[in-house]
Amino acid sequence: MTQTTEAPVADGIGQPDATPARAATTTSTFAMALNAALADAMEADPAVLMFGEDVGPLGGVFRITDGLTARFGEERCFDTPLAEAGIMGMAVGMAMNGMRPVVEMQFDAFAYPAFEQVVSHVAKMPNRTKGKVRLPIVIRIPYAGGIGGVEHHCDSSEAYYAHTPGLTVLAPATVRDAYFMLREAIASPDPVVFLEPKKLYWSKEEVDLAELRRTFDDGEAPRRIGRAVVARAGTDATLISYGPSVPTALAAAAAAAEEGRSIEVIDLRSIVPFDDETVTESVRRTGRAVVVAEAPGFASVASEIVARVQERCFHSLAAPVLRVTGFDIPFPSPKLEHFYLPSVDRILDAVDALQWED
Amino acid sequence: MSTATNEGRESVLDGVRTPTADSALLPSAHPVQLVDPEGRHTPDDRYPLPSGEDLLGAYGRLVSGRRINDQANALVRQGRMAVYPSSHGQEACQVAAATVLGDEDWLFPTYRDTVAVVTRGVDPLEVFTLLRGDWHSGYDPYEHKVATQATPLATQLLHAVGVAHAAKLRGESTVVLAMCGDGATSEGDFHEALNFAAVFHVPVVFFIQNNEFAISVPLTSQTVAPSLAHKAIGYGMPGERVDGNDLAALLSVLGSAVSRARDGGGPSLVEAHTYRMQAHTNADDATRYRSADDVERWIPKDPLVRMRTYLKGLELLSDEAETDLAAAADTIAATIRKGLNTDVEVNPADLFEYVYAEKTTQLREQAEQLREELARDAAPADPAVTGSATKENQR
Ligand SMILES: Cc1ncc(C[n+]2csc(CCOP(=O)(O)OP(=O)(O)O)c2C)c(N)n1
Ligand SMILES: [Mg+2]
Repeated sequence: MTQTTEAPVADGIGQPDATPARAATTTSTFAMALNAALADAMEADPAVLMFGEDVGPLGGVFRITDGLTARFGEERCFDTPLAEAGIMGMAVGMAMNGMRPVVEMQFDAFAYPAFEQVVSHVAKMPNRTKGKVRLPIVIRIPYAGGIGGVEHHCDSSEAYYAHTPGLTVLAPATVRDAYFMLREAIASPDPVVFLEPKKLYWSKEEVDLAELRRTFDDGEAPRRIGRAVVARAGTDATLISYGPSVPTALAAAAAAAEEGRSIEVIDLRSIVPFDDETVTESVRRTGRAVVVAEAPGFASVASEIVARVQERCFHSLAAPVLRVTGFDIPFPSPKLEHFYLPSVDRILDAVDALQWED
Repeated sequence: MSTATNEGRESVLDGVRTPTADSALLPSAHPVQLVDPEGRHTPDDRYPLPSGEDLLGAYGRLVSGRRINDQANALVRQGRMAVYPSSHGQEACQVAAATVLGDEDWLFPTYRDTVAVVTRGVDPLEVFTLLRGDWHSGYDPYEHKVATQATPLATQLLHAVGVAHAAKLRGESTVVLAMCGDGATSEGDFHEALNFAAVFHVPVVFFIQNNEFAISVPLTSQTVAPSLAHKAIGYGMPGERVDGNDLAALLSVLGSAVSRARDGGGPSLVEAHTYRMQAHTNADDATRYRSADDVERWIPKDPLVRMRTYLKGLELLSDEAETDLAAAADTIAATIRKGLNTDVEVNPADLFEYVYAEKTTQLREQAEQLREELARDAAPADPAVTGSATKENQR
C-alpha cells in the first residue's frame, strides 16, 4: 500500500482536487472505496440516506460523497443546516422510523457538538427500549492527523466513543477494508462510529471496486466488525495498531526485518467490539507487544489494550507491554505534528526496549 | 431538498428577504382562551370551540389525569416509586396533546408528561417502569407511537424532526407532536430542532408547556423574548400561545396546528401558559424559591374546575356522568396501586442483553461472571465462604 501524506486539508484551508474518479480501474484510493461503498449501499437499500454538512452537490470537503446527490437525488443525499447535534438527533428520529442514516461529521473535532446525542441516545436508546428501538446509524468521521491540519482538524477521538457502551467503533486502514467495513457498518443493526483516517484518504491499492461490490452483495466478504487481522506475520514481537497507525507499524516491521527481527503487525480494524482472541493468540506466540496509536496515551484505547493483553498473556510475556502513542497534549500545529505522531523510529525504539537480553 | 416543497413560503430574492407574510407567523397578543376560569365561553373567531361531546370526552380524561398524578404522588410518599415529576395543574395540556393526535401520529413526551403518555393509551404500569426503577423505559414505543420519555432536555425534539422527516420522505401523512418545558427552550437542541424542522418543512408541532419554572429557575431568567411563541418567527414558522389551563382552547389550537402540519403546512410552535402547582419532583423543596401566594393565585385557574363548570352550565355533565368518570379514574388508580404494590422481578441478565443487537464477546463474559456470582450467592452456605463473610463483618 502506498500512501500520500502531504495532501492539503479541505476546510477553507485548501481544497483537495483528489475527487474520487469513478472510471473503471483496478487502482482505487481509500476515498474512492468509501464513495463506492456509500453508492452501493444506497443502491441496495432505499432506506439508506446520507446527510451532513457540504455532502450534497460539493460531495463533502473530502469528496467522499461525490456524485451521490446527482445519482440518488437530493432526498437521499443532502446538506443540512450547520449543526452537528441537529444532524445526529435527526438521524436518531429517522432511524427510529425505518431509515438507515449515514451522517458525516465534517471533522473529528467538529463532532463534539453532537456528543450529547451520541452518548445519551444513539448509544443508549436500544438498551433503554430493550431492543424495541434499534438505531442503525453510521457516523462517519474524517479523523486523526498526519495531514498538516490546523487546530480542531486532527483529533483522535476514538476513546470517547469506545468508552461509551452501545457504540460500535471502527477504524479501517486499507482500501479493501474501507469498502467492506463501511458496507458492513451500514448493514449493522447497531450504531457505528466509523473513523476514517484522513491521511489514508489518498492511499491506493490494486482493487477492483466492482469486484468488491459483488463479493459483498453475494455475502462472501468475511465479517470485519469485531475481527482483527494479522497484517504482517512475525514471530518475535507483536505491534498492535489500528486506523492511521497501521501503515506506520507496517513500515516499522519492515525496518525491523532488515535488522533481523520478525515483527507481527495486527490491524485491529474494529476497536469495539474488540477482538481479544486474535490479539491474545499473537502475543502469546511472540511473547512481546507494543501498542501503537495516535491518540494521547493517558486513559486511551491503547491503555485498554495493554491492560487486556497483560490480563490474558501474562505468563507468555517476556517484557512489559509498551505503548507508542501521542503525547498527553492537545494535537500540535502543522509544523510540530511530526514530533507528536508515532513514528517508525519511535516504534523501533520501543521494540528495542522489549528486554531482548534476558 | 426543502425548497421544492416549500411552495407558498416566501424566500430570499436577490439576497433580500421579502417582508410579506411574516406578521402571520407572530403569536396572538394574548394567549388564546375559549373558556375562562369562571367557565364561560369566550369566543375567538380564529379558533372554533370543540363540540360538547368532544369536550365531555376530554374532560373525562382530565379527571383520570388528575387522579394519576395524585396516585403517583401517594405512591412516592409510600416508597413504592423513586420519584414523580407531577403535571398537577398542567393536565389540560397533557390531555390535549394526546387527544389531537391520530393513530398514525407520534408523540414525543418528557419525564413530566406521564399523563399524556397514559392518555395516548400506553399501559400505566409500563410507563411507571421508569420511575419505579425497574428499567429506563417500560413500553414499546412502536405500539402506540409514543417515544420514550426524554430526560436530557430538548434532545427529543430533534428525534421528533427525524421521525417526521422519514415519514415525509415515504409520503406518509404522519404528524409528530413534540413536548418540552419552558426551561428546555434555552437548550441548543431546541434551536436546532426548530430550525431543522423549518428548513426541511416537516410536520412537527412543537408544544411548550410554560409552567413558569425550570426546577427553581423562573422563566424570566431563561429568556427576555416577548414570549416563547415569539421564537417561532425566527425560524420562519408560525407561533401561537394558548391558555394552558383551558382544555377547549388547547384542543382547538393544537388541533389546528396538527391539521396544518398534516396538510403540508410544515411545523409550528404552540406555547401553553400554565403553572407547575407542585414542586419539580417530590425531591424538590419549592418553598426555597417561590411563595405560597404565587401558587395560590393559580388555584382559581384550575383546568378541571373550569371545564366542569362550563360543562355543568350547559347541562352536558350530569351527576350520573360525573359518578361514572370518577369511577373510571378510580379504576385506573386502583390498577396503578395494585401494580406498584406488587414487586416486579428485575432480571440481572437483562443488563447485557440489549446493549448491542448481538452480545459482544466481552459482554458474554461479563454476563457469565455476574451469573456465576449470583449462582454462588444462591448456593447453600459453603463453610469457606461463610468464614470469609464473617471476617468481612468483623473488620
Ligand atoms: C440537558 C439537561 N440538563 C439538565 C437537566 C436537569 N433537569 C431536569 S428537569 C430540569 C428543568 C426543566 O425545566 P422545564 O424545561 O421548564 O420543564 P419542567 O420540568 O418545568 O416540566 C432540569 C434542569 C436535564 N434533565 N437535562
Ligand atoms: Mg418548566
